Amino acid sequence: MAKVFNKLLPMPMHSLMLLIVWLLLNDFSVGHLVLGSFLAWLIPVLTFPYVDDQSKARKPVKIVVYFLRLVRDIIQSNIEVALRVMYPNRTLQPGIVAYPLSMKAEFPLTVLASSVSLTPGTVSVEFSDDRRWLYIHVLHLQDEQKLISEIRQRYEKPLREIFSC
Amino acid sequence: MSDYLIATLLIIGGLFIFVGSFGLLKLPDFYTRLHAPTKATTLGIGAVLMASVAATAARDGSFSVHEIVISLFLFITAPVSANMLAKAALHKKVPMRENTRNRELQKVMAEQKAPDGQ
Repeated sequence: MAKVFNKLLPMPMHSLMLLIVWLLLNDFSVGHLVLGSFLAWLIPVLTFPYVDDQSKARKPVKIVVYFLRLVRDIIQSNIEVALRVMYPNRTLQPGIVAYPLSMKAEFPLTVLASSVSLTPGTVSVEFSDDRRWLYIHVLHLQDEQKLISEIRQRYEKPLREIFSC
Repeated sequence: MSDYLIATLLIIGGLFIFVGSFGLLKLPDFYTRLHAPTKATTLGIGAVLMASVAATAARDGSFSVHEIVISLFLFITAPVSANMLAKAALHKKVPMRENTRNRELQKVMAEQKAPDGQ
């Protein structure tokens, strides 16, 4: 029974998300409910064979806290970058930071790299092959160690708790 | 009353988008230029979208969720494009500005090795 269910609906959470997003993007009507449900069933069935095993996030409260912190950081550093852009170029001190990673799982690393890129002033550029280093380009680098410990405390630690890795 | 809120949001959004485009023009090298438009604009577009939510709410008295979904997509896709641009520049060996700290790491970065070259 469970097997049949798995075949018919391989990724139930994905299906639910797809349906919700479809209904949010289109105004609600019975027609859209039917079409959205069909797509929410079809797309996971088609894409399931290509999905790798991924880390599971099971701490909803921590995810919300992480998201709110990220939004706060984005707003705050957005203002900093905007001011920094207005200063003369000669005062600018760009730099590269090699950030030593302490986790290896693919999806958490993607989230970490995206968070770093989303907070203004830092862009994640490349991973090392062995996934032990993340290279970050910084618009205005003042204190390398401080930046590294900030990323560790604010993003990597919570992510390791969320994905328990 | 709501007009003031909408106007304020639009002005904030416009300011950030302006600074983003200005930075694109003014910053010294490719990698620093990457920061301005991909970043300053997330907040700028966010503010404009919030203004749109407020305007819809004031006009129809209903809450529009399209804008929230748009900002969500923006948040998911913006870092990917920034990362792709940075990677492309790195592998094309676009030079970094002279005073970039740890500039010598560019080579090991492109080869995806550890900082000590291992």
